[in-house]
Amino acid sequence: MDWLTTVDHKKIGILYLIAGFLFFIIGGLEALVIRYQLMVPMNDVVSGQLFNELITMHGTTMIFLAAMPMLFALMNAVIPLQIGARDVAFPFLNSLGFWTFFFGGVLLNLSWFANAVPDAGWTSYVPLASTTYSDGHGVDYYVIGLQIAGIGTLLGGINFMATIINMRAPGLTFMRLPMFTWTIFITSVLIVFAFPVLTVGLVALMFDRLFHANFFESANGGNTVLWEHIFWVFGHPEVYILILPAFGIISEVVSTFSRKRLFGYSSMVFATMLIAFLGFMVWAHHMFTTGLGPVANGLFSIATMLIAVPTGVKIFNWLFTLWGGSIKFNTSSMFAIGFVPTFVMGGVTGVMLASAPADYQYHDTYFVVAHFHYVIVGGLIFGIFSGLHYWWPKMFGRKLNEVLGQITFWTFFIGFHMTFLIQHFLGLLGMPRRVVSYLPGQGFDNMNLISTIGAFLMGIGTIAFIINVFVTWSKPRNAEADAWGDGRSLEWTIPSPPPEYNFKQLPLVRSYDAWWKEKMDGNKAMTPAEPVGPIHMPSPSILPFIMSVGLFIAGFGFMYNKLIVAGAGLLITFACMAIRSLFDDHGFHIEPEDQEKEVHV
Amino acid sequence: MNRWHVLKRLLPLMVGLMLILSACGREDLSTLNPQGPVAQSQYDLMKLSIGIMALVVIVVFAICIYVLIRFRRRKGDNTIPKQVEGNHTLEIIWTSVPLILLLILGVPTIQQVFNLSKDYSQDPDAIQVKVTAHQYWWEFEYPDYGITTAQDLIVPTGKKIYFQLHTADVKHSFWIPAIGGKMDTNAGITNKMYLEFDKEGVFRGKCAELCGPSHAYMDFKAKAVSEESFNNWIAAMHEPAQVAADAEIATLFTNACLSCHAIGESTADSARTGPDLTGIGGRVTVGSILYNDEAPVADNLVEWITDPQKIKAGANMPSAGDMGLTPEQVQGIADYLADYKLNY
Repeated sequence: MDWLTTVDHKKIGILYLIAGFLFFIIGGLEALVIRYQLMVPMNDVVSGQLFNELITMHGTTMIFLAAMPMLFALMNAVIPLQIGARDVAFPFLNSLGFWTFFFGGVLLNLSWFANAVPDAGWTSYVPLASTTYSDGHGVDYYVIGLQIAGIGTLLGGINFMATIINMRAPGLTFMRLPMFTWTIFITSVLIVFAFPVLTVGLVALMFDRLFHANFFESANGGNTVLWEHIFWVFGHPEVYILILPAFGIISEVVSTFSRKRLFGYSSMVFATMLIAFLGFMVWAHHMFTTGLGPVANGLFSIATMLIAVPTGVKIFNWLFTLWGGSIKFNTSSMFAIGFVPTFVMGGVTGVMLASAPADYQYHDTYFVVAHFHYVIVGGLIFGIFSGLHYWWPKMFGRKLNEVLGQITFWTFFIGFHMTFLIQHFLGLLGMPRRVVSYLPGQGFDNMNLISTIGAFLMGIGTIAFIINVFVTWSKPRNAEADAWGDGRSLEWTIPSPPPEYNFKQLPLVRSYDAWWKEKMDGNKAMTPAEPVGPIHMPSPSILPFIMSVGLFIAGFGFMYNKLIVAGAGLLITFACMAIRSLFDDHGFHIEPEDQEKEVHV
Repeated sequence: MNRWHVLKRLLPLMVGLMLILSACGREDLSTLNPQGPVAQSQYDLMKLSIGIMALVVIVVFAICIYVLIRFRRRKGDNTIPKQVEGNHTLEIIWTSVPLILLLILGVPTIQQVFNLSKDYSQDPDAIQVKVTAHQYWWEFEYPDYGITTAQDLIVPTGKKIYFQLHTADVKHSFWIPAIGGKMDTNAGITNKMYLEFDKEGVFRGKCAELCGPSHAYMDFKAKAVSEESFNNWIAAMHEPAQVAADAEIATLFTNACLSCHAIGESTADSARTGPDLTGIGGRVTVGSILYNDEAPVADNLVEWITDPQKIKAGANMPSAGDMGLTPEQVQGIADYLADYKLNY
């Protein structure tokens, strides 16, 4: 019950982590079935229909229900600590964000049990996603599930923007923010601008499907290419929403484990901003073969290539952070260091794809599949693994087991390259993506076999991580406050795991890498910026949970055209909103004498 | 010293990569083995970009490996490295070098974008082809010659082929990897592109956009022939349809098949909801994935007609059972169609 009502950012972070990892496993199993089907030519493990359902759910689950929530887990666990805050700006909204994501994800995955699974790809291109060609409720699950989950993401974005702007500790100016906080700030801005676009698209598609609107029905004056524009105006920034936090994690980890401050900090900040800005300008590079004409293709080609410049700045800054450092190897730093060359490989294929005429050949082939898995798995998932191993002691008070960590890293790393490196060549040799099978003798057979073996190796790596989590769980909580001994930012100044109120006294920040600076000056703790006093805390609340259940019920009502159910669901949600508005809740205070009791998560 | 050592290790890898790139895959399928000027120009861009990118990757890998070996923390080493803030010269270098590299790639990119979008719709020398993509099969209409065929695209070598791409249902993508890049077929919009075939031969074409359960099997063949035999083919397509010798099969075929399919010019365009069957016995495949050089045409046809859903789930064609055809009747129709070949 405690977990259903919590508004504490640390607990919500753990909830995000558990839910996100659960969906990561589901998406991973879907991937393994896909690879098992493609292991040999003309395999018939799954039918064409089931295969399309698997690829749709794999993509949707991994992007929206695994990658983003795991990032939200790290954001929640770390950001308030890094900026010296006691919680996020809107704790109630934070909880609401988690529950809407969770119920949106559950609704989407219930489609497997309702025997109506979305099957139009994670991009849900019309007309394939229209009722004419995808009858049944499959795509309805997609549009409604993602809308509910999207509310959560948007709330998170707004919340973290407000938090980072308003709740920084005294002295922590913007140009002293740790890199991870910077990237989360920019990611939040991207979320706030990009997710409404997706929502608009989903609502339009929902109106097409449920109420026979004609936004995308070309026979009735609609436009199918419009969907592609809307989807990618959201979809391309989404890539940066995913990867920028990973950049932040890598910056923290690389600098901590080489005992050096981040090389070229200010250029890193501006590179991040530039990437985010350009990220919005290049959506049409997903549509070079749609037929937009040479002017559009040319412009979007060049704009896309430009992203390589700030990204290159970041890569070299990381390398030169390591240069001259004292590099310690452990699971976290190895994932971070493995990230750098891997992400470069994903990045250079991105530039190759940006050359429109060459993209006419690459587009919709396994080359693209290889490219974006290099970016999203080799970039983001490596980053998340690195961040999890890095901040695990801060989140749970226990360090993950190093031996099991090494097994995770090596199986996952080798398995990853085995799976996806070879897919570049599959694409170049003419294998389209999203194919349920392929004829023998086209030169695809061996490469697909190798790819499948690699995928199972990644599965073993993931299992090793899960075992690691349980093994670690059974150990005593003995992590020190500065768990790695080389911590640089504020989260390492408070106990692991932190008390409920994080900072007994808000710290005074005197420079970039505040904690490192104090350590170098021979201080044992941060200088407090305020006297000890009662700490104001928000009250826990069950309302966010109930509101999300309401939306969940309403979703089903709309889908199956039971408007009474839909109305009842919405009524629950609105009633909760009314309760929240009408009854003031001033929270409570933790008095100084209680602060000694060290209330843990 | 160390750096060269690293390069030495990487070199064989890169050489291997280049070898793989230089001549790899089937001649009739691989984009790395271009068989026409369009694919060639795209391949040149691919080579250029791969070259530039390989350079970038080598530099990054070299620095990375060097750093990892040189700056590992030794046991018991507790020194604090110098806290370097940054270096403007270095940062300017790694901002401007990529810009130059991108310029080298960007200029030919723009040139090719405009080259490949040239309009040959009014060119008297170009062959006009209207492509209509259907869920799991392709229809090719030659408006200048008044003929329509399906699945096997017949083109003369040495001429520009100008395509107008449509779809009859969902979005598909028209792609002959060895000849040139792909172009989507969008509902309600006509896309245009040209291709050119240098050599005679059969090239594998594919649908590259997810279009339903049988997306994977929506292949077609592009058959490039000499101009003379192309003209023969046109003439043969105009000849009256060849009817089954057995009158009973002929009637059955007309009743059971021609309500959707067409042969010769006997059927009104409105009735063409299925692939045109003129000369089907001479095509490379049946149902786009049953290769006629691997099994007799008649056997493939029997397999297809008996249960199309088994080969292409979601296809609109009813099975023989649904149509009430006996195995003998199926065999009769298959034998007739297998013999229906065009001479060109």
